[in-house]
This record gives sequence, structure tokens and C-alpha cells, in this order.
Amino acid sequence: MESASIPVRPTRSRGEVVREYISRFGLIALLLILPVLYGIQDLQDDGDLSRLATNMKDGLSNGAIWALIAVGYTLVYGIIELINFAHGDLFMIGSFVAYSLMGTVGLTVATGSLGLVFGLLLILLISMVACGSLNVMIEKVGYRPLRNAPKLAPLITAVGFSFILQNVGLLWLGGSHRGVPDLIESQTRYTTILGVPVTHGDILALVVTVPLFFFLVNFIARSRIGRAMRATAQDPQAARLMGINVDTTISFTFLLGGLMAGAAGLIYALYQTDVWFFAGFTAGLIAFTAAVMGGIGNIKGAILGGLIIGCVQQISDNRIGTEWTPAIVFGYLVLILVFRPQGLLGEQTREAG
Amino acid sequence: MSTTTASKPRGIKLPRAVGKVPLSRIIAVVAVTIAILLPLFYDSGSAFIEDSTTALIYVVMALGLNIVVGFAGLLDLGYVAFFAIGAYTMGWFGSSFFTSQDIHIGVAEFLQAQPGIHLNWLLILPIAAIFTAFAGAVLGFPTLRLRGDYIAIVTLAFGEIIGRIAINSDEGVFGIGDFNLTNGRSGINPVDKIDLPFVERFTSLNFRPWYWTALGLALVVVFVNFRLRDSRIGRAWIAIREDEVAAVSMGIPTVRVKLLAYAMGAAFGGMAGTFLGSWFGTVNADQFEFSFSIFVLAMIILGGLGSIWGVVVGALALSFINTRLIPDVLNTVPSKIGLDFDLTELGFGIFGFLLVIMMVLRPQGLIPEKRHQAEFADVLEDGGEHETIVETRV
Repeated sequence: MESASIPVRPTRSRGEVVREYISRFGLIALLLILPVLYGIQDLQDDGDLSRLATNMKDGLSNGAIWALIAVGYTLVYGIIELINFAHGDLFMIGSFVAYSLMGTVGLTVATGSLGLVFGLLLILLISMVACGSLNVMIEKVGYRPLRNAPKLAPLITAVGFSFILQNVGLLWLGGSHRGVPDLIESQTRYTTILGVPVTHGDILALVVTVPLFFFLVNFIARSRIGRAMRATAQDPQAARLMGINVDTTISFTFLLGGLMAGAAGLIYALYQTDVWFFAGFTAGLIAFTAAVMGGIGNIKGAILGGLIIGCVQQISDNRIGTEWTPAIVFGYLVLILVFRPQGLLGEQTREAG
Repeated sequence: MSTTTASKPRGIKLPRAVGKVPLSRIIAVVAVTIAILLPLFYDSGSAFIEDSTTALIYVVMALGLNIVVGFAGLLDLGYVAFFAIGAYTMGWFGSSFFTSQDIHIGVAEFLQAQPGIHLNWLLILPIAAIFTAFAGAVLGFPTLRLRGDYIAIVTLAFGEIIGRIAINSDEGVFGIGDFNLTNGRSGINPVDKIDLPFVERFTSLNFRPWYWTALGLALVVVFVNFRLRDSRIGRAWIAIREDEVAAVSMGIPTVRVKLLAYAMGAAFGGMAGTFLGSWFGTVNADQFEFSFSIFVLAMIILGGLGSIWGVVVGALALSFINTRLIPDVLNTVPSKIGLDFDLTELGFGIFGFLLVIMMVLRPQGLIPEKRHQAEFADVLEDGGEHETIVETRV
């Protein structure tokens, strides 16, 4: 009754206020639901938060892998506004390269620690370079000819490449899961911080990803080619007029994305001690969710998103059940796109407007 | 001036000669006649008729997806969800899955004795259409604010969620409850065979009635597609595909129009899903993978986005490549050139390859839609305008 007497404008502005609040805090509230819920439950059951903290720690290590992949999505999207569907499968190829090289280099569980470090460094480099050059090649064959085509066209070739890579993986190591030798004894406890066991796998994720992220963020912020990348992302036409070779810059972006995917492949193989030709598809979707959550096109956002998704995934694995995790992560993806398409750190884009 | 131009607008070509039947219509009539008579030339249990039946149902699927992707330009990568919902509707209402129930409507006598819900397929068809149309609208809702690639991702996520629910819902959904909804990977079987009045029995040995039913369904859907395309709503779809901002400023209610596209596309997918559920005799979670969405998408891309005859040809071609060419013809090739692998495993790698090749070499498809053709050829400024004013009718 009351609302009938009030003019239309105030009611509408109230709706707008609500919508603004949802868009500003909705995603954060959404993200806090799981940890808060299970934190309360833990406090009631165990009296402390160590189970939740362990979940979060595992989540961060796992999230580092997703973050590495998500960076590849975000770099490519930032520069040519394409969701590189094949990126997840590129990561899978990276894990396969790492797995195969372990045999070639001759690393076994018995290898000494010095040999292990050098061997793994070598494998890391090779799988990074392999994925990087593969990604550049895919761009040359599949995306460059379609630069002026409607936007659907490169997306469809990306899906096509995703299937091709999956089948390459299928031919390479067969359809079943392959166990990776547990070289670093990834689940062995290294130290304990505040009642949370830190394992070798966590240390590996830390020592590989932190320098890579540091390098990447600085590279893009400081270097000449990084500047060219940012310029191309902002306006390819103007960048070309300023004497930037746009094609080379785009190739370089794909190279960087591929390098990160290769590194993620090695960490994944060592951390999960399992490689599978289909792992790339799910990983790609999870990483894409991470990239969108952070704000697609924003590298720091992708890293943050990756870590958050890792935690969400770990909590869901541990509490709800592994079989539901993909559904929950994708549910988050849908909700993020509904409530805050620009992500946590992203700007409003035309696509997500 | 206004009166003279209103009575006879310039730019619209009148039919050249009244009474002259266009070539495309003759081809269509001949093709349909051949399709109707085809089973009579083959053994009633021949593999060819079996594969043709599957191919015809894929035509229905592809035409449904074509509404969303081809007409409205909303890239939907989760189409498998509607196949799943349709198939499960068939499974729930046409099998002994819910053993505690005892409902029989319009089914053959031997089914009357069995427990569970058994409805006639003709009843399940509209139920599935309603279910999937609703699911399509639900899927469409979060994508309304989004464009382009983001829509693709949301639909993909939706398809994956439905797939996960299908796999894991044998003991509650999302770990809640212990209700067996889908029976997971073991699936619901046996699903009742379609049973139509005044038609010979549908058995797993006699494929002819299956074939004719599939053909009938496909023809109805082709017809509905043509009518939809030429209708007010179809023109609205094409308008938002071409330029959403311009469409909005012309007064097209994009929310309703987009939701309708999702719902209608989904309904066709669901109807095809009920048929496939009955045709395969089983509904299990392994049927509903992402690759299926891509399979259907590849059909409409191969044929030509938005082009109805193109999609029909694309669906038939890919289906036969899948059921005949890869297992029967090409499978000996790897061993001939000294490689040792099973080509049937790589079916989707081949589709992926096809997608890439198609997009790079002929992005407009085999039989391109006139409008899309113009878009790809970039001739809209000049001569293209005349072409696009007149709706090309077949």
C-alpha cells in the first residue's frame, strides 16, 4: 500500500542500491560462505581450526597450479579477447612431457637430492619451452588467420585444438591414468607451522611458482616487450601505428602463457603423482574460473583467483566429496558471472558489461 | 510520398515468375521422397537403416542448437545438458526405474504388468519439451547480461554441472539426501521402446518404424525451423545476432527473445533426447559428456551456422562419418601406414581437426546462410544490401 503512494524513482533507486551492493560484495560474501560455514563446524567439533587451515594450505598449493594456468588464459584474453580453450589441454601436454622426461633423464625415487634438483630444473625448462612453442604454433595455425573473422570463429578453432591435443595425449600415453614416480615424496611432512603440516609438495609449489610470478609481473610491467603487450592489449591499431609489431607481440603473449602452462604441468605431475589425458579439460575450466574470478585480463587477479579457487576446491574435496568438486567450481563460475562479471580486481569490460 | 512508397517499397524483389517452382524446393521434395522410401530398399534390420535413424535424430538435435547458435548467435557449449534432461525424462517416465510407483498410461499390455512409471512416448515428448524448455530458460537467465565468449563458458559450465549431477546422483544430489535420481554410470535400463498407435511394433530387430518416426520428427522440426526463422521472433533472433545494440534500440525485447531462443533450442534437444533414450534402450551418465556438445556444434558449423539445409546436411554427414566412415572405412588406414592405434578412439580428435580446418578454410560452412555469407565476405556496404533485404525462402 505504501509503495503505491511513493513515486517511482525512490523505489527504483533502492533497487539500484541493492544491486550495487550485490555487485560490490556479493562475490566476496559468496566466497566466504564455505570457509565460514566449515570453520564454525570445526570449532564445534574439534575446538580448533587446524582442519580448515590444512584445507586452506593444500588449497593454496593446488591453487598455485591453477594460478599458473589461469595466467595463460588471462594473458591471451587480455590481448586478443579470445578464450583459449586449448590452454587446459596444453597444460596436460606439459604434464605428459614432464612425465616422459623423468624416464628419459633417468630420475627415480632413489636419485640423490642434488641430482634431483638439477634433473627437475632441466625437466622444468624443457616442458616450459615445449608448451610455449606449441602454444605459439597453435596461435599461428588456428587463430592468426581468423584475426578479422567474427569472434565465434577463433573460439571454435580453440575448441578444435583442445580436442586435437586431448587425442594427442590419448595416443601418447593411452586412455588410463598414469602414476608418476613420487620423486619428491610430495606427501612427506617437511615442517609444521601452527599445527598445519607443510609437505614437500607444498614447498615445490612455492619455490617454482613464486619466482615465476615475480618474474612475470615484473616482466610485463618493466620490459620493453611487456610494454608492447600492454599497448597492444589496450589498442592494437594504435600500437601498430606506434611501431609495435602486433603479430610478434601476440605470439610472445602465447609463448609466455605456454611457459607457465608447462611449469604447471611439471608441478601437477609431481604434486598429484598422476597424469591423465583428460585432466587438462577440467583443469582448464577450473583455471578459467580462476581467471574470471580475478578479473580476466588482470594477471594479479588471475593469481589471486587461482589461489582462491584452489581453496574452494580443497574444502569441497575434503568436506562435500571429490565427485562434486567440479560441479561446485562451475557453480561458482556461473554465480561469479551473474553477480560480478568483472571479477575481483578487473575492470568493466565490454563483454561482461 | 509516403503513400506511394508504402504500397510498393523499393528494394524488395518480387518473385520472377509466378508458378515457377524454385530448384531448391524440387531438390527438397525429391530428397524427402527418397528418405521416406529408403527403408523399403533395405533389410528391416540392416545397419544402414540403424545408422540413418541415429543420423536423423542428430538432425533434430542440430536444428535445436542451430536456433540458439545459428539464429540468435549465442554460443551454447552445454547443449548436452538438454539431451541429458530429455533422456532422463524418458528414463523416469518410461521404465521400471521407480519400482515403488505403478503408473501405466497408453502402453502395451506386456508393460502393464511391470512396476514403475510407464507412459506412452507421445506423452513423454511434451513433458520432456517442457522440462528442457524450462531448463533452457534457467540456463539462459544468467547469460542475459553477458555476451560472446562469456556465454560460451556459462553454458559449458551448465552442461558440466548437469553431467556431474548425472554421474553422481545415485545417492542424493550434492551429497544431500540419499534419493537415487539417475543411477549414475550404471544408468536406467531397460528403457521402454517407443509405442505408437496404428504402427507396427518397435523392436530392436526391426528398424523401420524407428526410422520413420525419426524422419517424421526431423521433418516436423525442419518445418518448424523454417517457420520460426521467417517469423517475427526469428527476425528478432537474427537482429540480436547481427547487432544487439541496434536490435535493442529498434525495440526488440532482448530478454524475452533470448530466453525464447534458449528454451526452444533446448526443447528440440530434449525431444531428441527422449527418442535417443528409447532408441539406445538405456540412459546412463557416460552418454552426457562435453564432447557430445561439440559433436552437435561441429554439425552446425560444418553445415553453415544459421542455414537450415546446411545444418541438416552437416548433421547427416558428421553422423555418418561417426557411425560408418571412421569405424568401417578409415579404421584400417593406420595399420596400413604402419601405425598401431584404434581410430575409433580418436573420433573427437578428428572432429577437432575438422573444426579447425573448417574455420580456417571455409568459416561460413558447406551451405552458408545468405546473411552469414555476406558477413564473412565483408560485402555489406555495397551489393550485399540488396541480397539481405529479401529473406531467402526455400
